[in-house]
Amino acid sequence: MVAGSAVARERRRAAAVFLAPLLGALALVALWPLARTIWFSFTDARLDDLEPASFVGFENYAFLVTDPDWWRAVSNTVVFTVASVAIETVLGIVIALVLNVRMRGRGLMRAAMLIPWAIPTVVSAQLWAWMLHDQLGVINAGLLSLGIIGAPIAWTAEPGLVLGAIIAVDVWKATPFMALLVLAALQMLPGELYEAAEVDGLGPVGAFWRITLPLIWPALLVAILFRSLDALRVFDLIYVLAGSGRATASMSVYAREQLVDFQDVGMGSAASTLLFLTIAVLAAALLTLGRVSLAGDEEAG
Amino acid sequence: MRRRSRAALGRALFGLLVAALVLYTVFPFAWAILSSIKPGDQLGGPLLPSSVTFDNYAAVFREAPFARNILNSVIVSGAVVALSLILALPAAYALGRVRFRGRGFLLAGILSVSMFPQVAVLSGLFELIRTLGLYNTLAGLVLATMILTLPFTVWVMTGFLRAMPRELEEAAMLDGATPFVVLTRVYLPLLMPALATTGVLAFMIAWNEFLFALTFTLTDEQRTVPVAIALISGASRFELPWGRIMAASVIVTLPLVALVLVLQRRIVAGLMAGALKG
Repeated sequence: MVAGSAVARERRRAAAVFLAPLLGALALVALWPLARTIWFSFTDARLDDLEPASFVGFENYAFLVTDPDWWRAVSNTVVFTVASVAIETVLGIVIALVLNVRMRGRGLMRAAMLIPWAIPTVVSAQLWAWMLHDQLGVINAGLLSLGIIGAPIAWTAEPGLVLGAIIAVDVWKATPFMALLVLAALQMLPGELYEAAEVDGLGPVGAFWRITLPLIWPALLVAILFRSLDALRVFDLIYVLAGSGRATASMSVYAREQLVDFQDVGMGSAASTLLFLTIAVLAAALLTLGRVSLAGDEEAG
Repeated sequence: MRRRSRAALGRALFGLLVAALVLYTVFPFAWAILSSIKPGDQLGGPLLPSSVTFDNYAAVFREAPFARNILNSVIVSGAVVALSLILALPAAYALGRVRFRGRGFLLAGILSVSMFPQVAVLSGLFELIRTLGLYNTLAGLVLATMILTLPFTVWVMTGFLRAMPRELEEAAMLDGATPFVVLTRVYLPLLMPALATTGVLAFMIAWNEFLFALTFTLTDEQRTVPVAIALISGASRFELPWGRIMAASVIVTLPLVALVLVLQRRIVAGLMAGALKG
């Protein structure tokens, strides 16, 4: 198709018309609310009456950087993100390698992997809260009967344990998805490479480190970054398993508590804006890495 | 001989590993089903109940407007999916098949919306919803949830449209078809399976949404299922009715699990196309 021809012009005009409703909707539900949130972060707005808010400059931010609860929320979020994504990556690779072996029941196992992913996060949190119940939970019962622990453990009440329990639930829910992504990358690897590796005397472990990992690395990196962005905004899991308790609050939980429970829209918006900026910086890095695939769209049309 | 027995040992260990992984992924849900049909006095007791009861299921519907909550979730998720697909399909045609300047930039912008943390739009959306008079209504939830499904559906549908054969479009254009006719008459019939897959995934995103539903509704009657399940409470904070919570969890999850298992191949393909959004 010749660019600039009448047909191409008509197509571009149609494209603009086709895009307009979507862009309008995104402006309404995404850009405008985001802009208002950023504006609110510089005011003393209250939830019961948003109107008479006055501009207070960086006062909310100045409070946040001196609030130990906020720094607690930041550190909880970082610990949660780093730990859960690291475990999910390693476990996901292991599961993908297992799924990649030709064996009976492989389809069944892949189906089983999809179950945690299909369960709503709130439900996952409740399933695990029940299994981790200190008196009636099956996990304490199992550990007690095996003699591993001497007394029931309050997994979701003991301050030192709750974050670990939250990470464990996230790992359960998100690992299968990671495994399926890694599996997709594994299945694109050419088999000849491994025949060559066998000739060269690389064992299975050597073949993994020298051939598999470098080849799936780009796909793995994208998956890790997407999962990290997702983990940084964690809310549902922590809210349901541990409430808005200060010991386990993530940045999202802290922001919503300020906003709704304390009615302090200015402070909640400032916290939300800081979380947004954190994620935006990481997303920019992600999009730079993914530019190769975005630039590749020029061949269609 | 020794070599053969070593291979058998390896196979047995591998089988054990597979069994452990399947147990790990399936057990929590299986345990929820078992707990939901146990008589109350056996909850902390043996693995398998000595008798089966459906009291918990009856109680879920008796003691909370749970049927109403399910209906709310169906209405909100259904409306969100329909609106998202209607808005996303023409946009995906423009992004996937028409060459224009700034296309890559637009795609990146739309994708970046899917990375917004939900709290970042919470106060702005709250203001918008209250201004429009939609606080504590299902319409308000539909509006808010679109921010989660729109970028995803556009992204996935753009991928599907880009993969469509170009010859069909060129033949139709030679016959004088406008882009609208090309989209609705040529591509739409071919895109039905893709629309179904994308719709199912978007439905799950909307069905699972918690933060907006928690913040923008006030009364039990307007709540969706995730909020209802999170807020089920018993006589006291320390006496949660676990049998009932498990029954409610099973009710809302069983259809999803069944759907995912039936459509698993398509869903995995759709997720891959959707640039990893989980």
